[in-house]
This record gives sequence, structure tokens and C-alpha cells, in this order.
Amino acid sequence: MAQSTVTRIAHQRLSLALHELRGGKGRPLLLLHGLGERSPDGLPSIFAPWPGPVLALDFVGHGESSVPRGGGYTPELLMANVDAALAVTGPATIIGRGLGAYVALQVAGGRPHLVRGAVLADGPGLTGGGPVPTSPVIPSIDPDALCPPDPFALVELARDIRPPDYATSFVRLAVQVSDLVEPLTVAARTRPEWLQAVADEPGVRVASIAEGLTSYAEAD
Amino acid sequence: MTTQTADTVTYPGARRPDRSYIVDAHGLGIATYEWGDEKAPPVMLVHGGFDFAGTFDVFAPMLADAGWRPVAWDHRGHGDSEHAEMYSWDADARDAVAVMDRVGRAAMPVIGHSKGGAMMLQVAEALPHRFSAMVNIDGLPSPRRHPDVAGHERTRMLLTELSNWLDDQRQPVGERRPGSIDELAERRGRQNPRLSMEWLRYLVTIGARHDTDGWRWKIDPALRRGGFGPHRNSWSMERLPGLTSPLLGIVGTVPEPMGWGNDPDGLRPYLPPGGRLEVFDDTGHFVHIEHPRAVADLVLDFLGSVR
Repeated sequence: MAQSTVTRIAHQRLSLALHELRGGKGRPLLLLHGLGERSPDGLPSIFAPWPGPVLALDFVGHGESSVPRGGGYTPELLMANVDAALAVTGPATIIGRGLGAYVALQVAGGRPHLVRGAVLADGPGLTGGGPVPTSPVIPSIDPDALCPPDPFALVELARDIRPPDYATSFVRLAVQVSDLVEPLTVAARTRPEWLQAVADEPGVRVASIAEGLTSYAEAD
Repeated sequence: MTTQTADTVTYPGARRPDRSYIVDAHGLGIATYEWGDEKAPPVMLVHGGFDFAGTFDVFAPMLADAGWRPVAWDHRGHGDSEHAEMYSWDADARDAVAVMDRVGRAAMPVIGHSKGGAMMLQVAEALPHRFSAMVNIDGLPSPRRHPDVAGHERTRMLLTELSNWLDDQRQPVGERRPGSIDELAERRGRQNPRLSMEWLRYLVTIGARHDTDGWRWKIDPALRRGGFGPHRNSWSMERLPGLTSPLLGIVGTVPEPMGWGNDPDGLRPYLPPGGRLEVFDDTGHFVHIEHPRAVADLVLDFLGSVR
């Protein structure tokens, strides 16, 4: 399998790894991995039909991106990771797995002109900390744990609260501003409350990954 | 322009800490300060957002002179603590526990102002065995709801807020604007209009550094006010009735830009059994700075009663 090329993306004090899994012309497809994962080494076959370049971003604390001191992870910061990549790539279609699906939703709402369709797929970190807070914990971290992924990322991004009406506020931003009729596609079969609420919103398509990507590839 | 230097700026009753040291909070250096006898029982002092431990320079000595050992720290990115790559409420809470671990593992009283008070309510729910008493100064959750706005208007506000925040995140971290002591004091005064210029000038000499082109607040330029996220006030309110340790809440009544809009009547139904709420009329968000003696006496009496 061919090795990807890596571009370093600066996001304030963080340095992020953007992998080019396949070059080409046209609008890129940007892959966002799940919690604890990293970008794939080569092009997964399911994305081979995409007509343009295929890129993949390592979130902060994951893969080849930098690992900050002392944690402080939030999905919102990961949304800004993706936006820092979009500042380099220009408009892109996004597919996110698990945690990456939640972040894809956020960036689709936060940058509706730059995200030309987002597909939300199953993967690690899809549920987060649930719709309401559970009993708080102050987790201790094993200093000898394998890193990356940063153990703080694994803990903090598995516990962030995802209220359904917070998630749907990003859907409404995407739907109101994007000129795509259905700027979001829910492909995940697992449906935590936030994702079910997203799937139930007008302007959200429920379809397979391949169907979602095909329709976004055909859009201007 | 005045030519004041740090040496010439003093404030009546203000006393710098007797000791300071760095606590390693999972790789980040947290500047920590103590007043009083090092063998005296500790009481933790937790500052609010965009503040720093030096704001306790009048209040803490009053507790130290009464036989306590106040311990305060600059939150990550604030004061003399290291600037971090990332900031979050949970990270601040974890840093707080790192400082508490350094001070001692036994239960201890905690006094928190503003965000510091709200954050310690969360730590107290997670680790009730570490708290012997809790004083919260104008940092109790507010039961007030945001005014009703139409859905499409709220969506538009969110998009503006989000775009501005993302635009800001795209920029490299810059530097704070330099100025004279008076200029920095005036800037801060716009956020804290009830605090005297004399106090604000004193704060500049502690919370700012003197570069060749002027004074700059030490706080990390990456930290910005505002922001957004899923947090709901009701989540904090739900913590309050179940608080284990005795609670003394202190609130001012005059709204301020940095304040939390505490509503005493709205709060009372949520107080834990035996919880007390003291209201300071005609007082703003910084109750312990406007009335240090009165707040210290109230706190000392409360700590004495639960010791």
C-alpha cells in the first residue's frame, strides 16, 4: 500500500498532520477518524470511487499530530482542528467516523460554505458522554500509557456531553446556509440520542456511505 | 503618561504571598502561593476566569492572620502559570486537584470566586471526601434562563459566534497590547467598573509583566472571552442540593460585565441542607475585594463553626 504524504497544519500552538491518501484535482474528500484512531495509511477501497483527492486529518493528540500537555480536549476544539485544515484545502466533502462524525456535524454547521456535504458514519467515540451529565470524575492518567493517542483525549472525548438540541443547532446552521438540499447524510447504524435527533431533522438524508458520497461528488 | 513602576505601586492591606512554588499538573507548571504559617491548616482560594491568585492579596492575609494557611494558584494560562496548548473547564478542575494533592490529602476548606467557585462545585461532587467546607463568592450557578429569542434568530447568533471563534482560532497566538500601568488599569476597569483605580493599578504590577515597550497582562493571549458549547446552567444547579460539605454562599446584587448574575431568591431553593446564603447589597461581583474585612469575618466565623 502506498505511503501517504503529510502536510503539517498549524492550529495556534498545535501542529496537525494532514495526510494525502490520493492526489488529484477537484474538491477533496476529507476523512475524520474516530476516537483513539488515526488516519489510514492508504486509501480505503470504499473511497476509491471519489473523483477528487482524498485527504485524512489526524486530530490533536492522535496519529502524527502533536500531543499537548495536560489535556483540555473538547469536540469544539477538534472542529477548529478541521477548520484549520479547511483553511488550507478549501471547500471539501467530509466523512467522519464516530467522534469524527460528531466533529463533522459541528464543522458542517460552523463552516457551511466550506463543507460541501458531510457523511456521519459509525466508529469509536460516537456516543460521547451521553445527552446529560453523569456523575463527574476527575480521572487519573497512567503516565506510561501508549501515546498517541493521548490518554487525556481518550478520557475527555469519551465524556463530553452531547445534548440532542445542541447537535441539531448545527444541523440547522448547515441546512439554512448551505446551498445543498441535504448537506448532511447519516450513514451510522448506531444512533445515540444526538445522532437520532440529527437524523430526524429536515435536510438530513439517511443513506449509506457510498450513496452519500456519490450525491456529494455530483454536487457543484 | 505616568511613570509609575511596580516598586511605587502599593495598596493598603495588600501583602504578597509568603511562599510560592510550581506544581506539575500533568506536565504543565501551575504557579502556587501560600500566605501564613506553613504548618497552619490549609484553606484553598480559587480565583475566577481571567483573574489570578494575586487578586487575593488583601483577602488572603486576613485569613492567614487568623491562623489559616491560604493556598491559591494561577489557573493554567493565567498569572505566572504556564500557557497551555488547550484550555477547558475539566482541565482546570484537574489542575485544581493536582494543587490540592500537593497541599495535602485530607479534607480541607475551599473558597472559590466566580468561575473558581462554580468549578469547585464540580470537583466537590466528584471528590466529596476532599472538602471540609465550601465558600462560594458570587460563583453559584444561576437559575436564570436566557431571554427567549426566535429559533431562526438564535441560529443566526450561533453562526456569528461560531464563525468569529473559528476565525480567531485560525490566527496564530499573538501578544497582548502593551500600555502604561494606568492604561492597563483603565482597560481592566471597564470590566470591573466598581473596583478602584488604586486597586487596579496594584493588580497591574502583579498580573502584568513589564516589557521594554510597556506593561502586558500575563494572561495567555490565546484565552478569549465568550465561546460556546453544550453547557447548561441547570447542570450546575443540579449539583448544589446534594453538596456534601457545609456551604456558605456569598453574592453581590449589582450586575457587572464579569459577573454571573446570581439571583439570591432563585438560588435559595437549591441550597443543600444547612446551606447559608449571605447577600451583600450595593455590591458587585468582587465581593471580597469591595468588602474584604466583612467577607473575611464572615468566612472565618463559618470556618470556625465547621472546623
